[in-house]
Amino acid sequence: MQVMAQAQTVSAAPRAKGLWWRDVIGIMLIVICGAAGYWLFPDNLALLTRIVAVALLVLSIDLIVGYCGVATLGQAALFGAGAYAAGIACVNGVTEPMTLIAIGALAGATAGLVMGAIMLRAHGLAQLVLSIAIVQLFHEAANKASAYTGGSDGLAGLMVSPLFGIFEFDLWGKTAYLMGFALLLLVFILLKFIVASPFGMLCRGIKQDPVRIRAMGAFVFPVLLKMFVISGAVAGMGGALAAISTQVVGLDSVSFELSANALVMLVLGGLGTLYGALIGTIIFMGFEHMVSAINPFHWMTMVGALLIAVVLAAPGGLTSLAEKLRGGKA
Amino acid sequence: MSDLFRVENLSKSFGGLAVSRNISLSMAEGERLALIGPNGAGKTTFVNLVTGQIKPSAGRVVLNGEDVTQLGAVRRVRKGLVRTFQVTRLFSELTPEEHVTLTVLQREGKASRILSRFRGNSAVADEVHDILATLGLLEVARRKVGQIAYGQQRLLEIAIALALKPKVLLLDEPAAGVPSADTPRIEQALERLPPSLAVLMIEHDMDLVFRFAKRVVVLAAGGIIFEGLPSEVAADPKVREAYLGNYANARSVA
Repeated sequence: MQVMAQAQTVSAAPRAKGLWWRDVIGIMLIVICGAAGYWLFPDNLALLTRIVAVALLVLSIDLIVGYCGVATLGQAALFGAGAYAAGIACVNGVTEPMTLIAIGALAGATAGLVMGAIMLRAHGLAQLVLSIAIVQLFHEAANKASAYTGGSDGLAGLMVSPLFGIFEFDLWGKTAYLMGFALLLLVFILLKFIVASPFGMLCRGIKQDPVRIRAMGAFVFPVLLKMFVISGAVAGMGGALAAISTQVVGLDSVSFELSANALVMLVLGGLGTLYGALIGTIIFMGFEHMVSAINPFHWMTMVGALLIAVVLAAPGGLTSLAEKLRGGKA
Repeated sequence: MSDLFRVENLSKSFGGLAVSRNISLSMAEGERLALIGPNGAGKTTFVNLVTGQIKPSAGRVVLNGEDVTQLGAVRRVRKGLVRTFQVTRLFSELTPEEHVTLTVLQREGKASRILSRFRGNSAVADEVHDILATLGLLEVARRKVGQIAYGQQRLLEIAIALALKPKVLLLDEPAAGVPSADTPRIEQALERLPPSLAVLMIEHDMDLVFRFAKRVVVLAAGGIIFEGLPSEVAADPKVREAYLGNYANARSVA
């Protein structure tokens, strides 16, 4: 029996290795896509940087929705917290871009802590409603505190110093894009480690059955709160990046609309893989950009049609479609 | 006072309905106790009360001389009071190996680490391997739980419980829903439980109860009506009335 058992463990081992290689290939693909964007669309780097910033927001939603099963329609509160924190710091003389990103991450994490502490008191629909209420409150706070935030005019004219003291933020947005892309890549790799850690596994367990997790002797609340903080840091970095690259922070960065759009992007790409967050963001924003240029009047209709088509054809998002194709081959 | 585990006058009512009345029982280290009773007798409610899923209206739960009545479910698990579920509660997308690894990591306080690899700890991996081997689950160790047989899922429930190194284990119908061909594997697993572990088993399969338990407690309408040896239980008039009554009457009429 023992001999048999050992033989079985050995034969089962290659699967884990296969997964590891998949991530290396995935990350290489992201690098290729990022570089391709840089070379192919030199006139659209501002849009690409915007996509990178929103991708960070969508990744942060995936952590909460995809890995923990907590639905939220208020994630832009964390994105906006990062954007405003970076913007206010910048106006007040902290202009070093990496420091601003760090400030954004810290502000986002703090906002995530607050948001998590409130949202995790409720469940299901009530939780979703709370998330909307929180983003509306953040929005109102940013609107009312116009002395710091510029109110509905926004916070404009951020002068960011050169990256590492060398690379100026140029008119074409090259520096901003490359910095943003490097940041996204770094965050993505870090998140891949986090979701593969014991903590990540615990979150996946909580998503499926919190009662079982408690019966395993693990508390649910602190684990979810921790994920809210991590998620907030990621969203906050996205906000800071948006602030640095556009040199403006507006009320739209802390809006319900952005929260909802970002959730739609995640559903479009697929939950719980991290790749889905990237794919969904690129396709949604790329499609939006293209269609709004072709038909400025009916582009929303077309985006809606795309969404319906994807949700009907692949309820698990576009990544699940890829999963299905691979499954068919194997 | 030498009891490892003791329940004193445990009661629970939902509104006016008493589902547990004044239940008292105690278990010593290594004891094998079966809790039986007709449907709706309050057996699962009793397990939920003991493990802290629901709060009792009155009474105490004492583990190792310590009153744990006010502790939540998680803290009771950490003290060594562990249960399995009547209907398996497993993560269909995870493998048995992942279930047990997560449980062992939790027991060692390493389950919420962010920057360590899930399979990075070889001591944990060895322990997981041993637990899965004991329960004969190695062949399906890396298959998703949703794809393994129900009998194997039941064994995994026990594997998770054992990975917590419990002092008292409550098995809520460990063989429920298992095809009779697989019941011997469950029984084998029960026989191999650590000798020092106090085990309380709820079970409908009387053959299994008689082979497993040294002592039987019968619950009816939320209260204990019999406590004694398995050989005596069938002869007890109260038990016959509550548990076998309808069946016996039906036969005598026919």
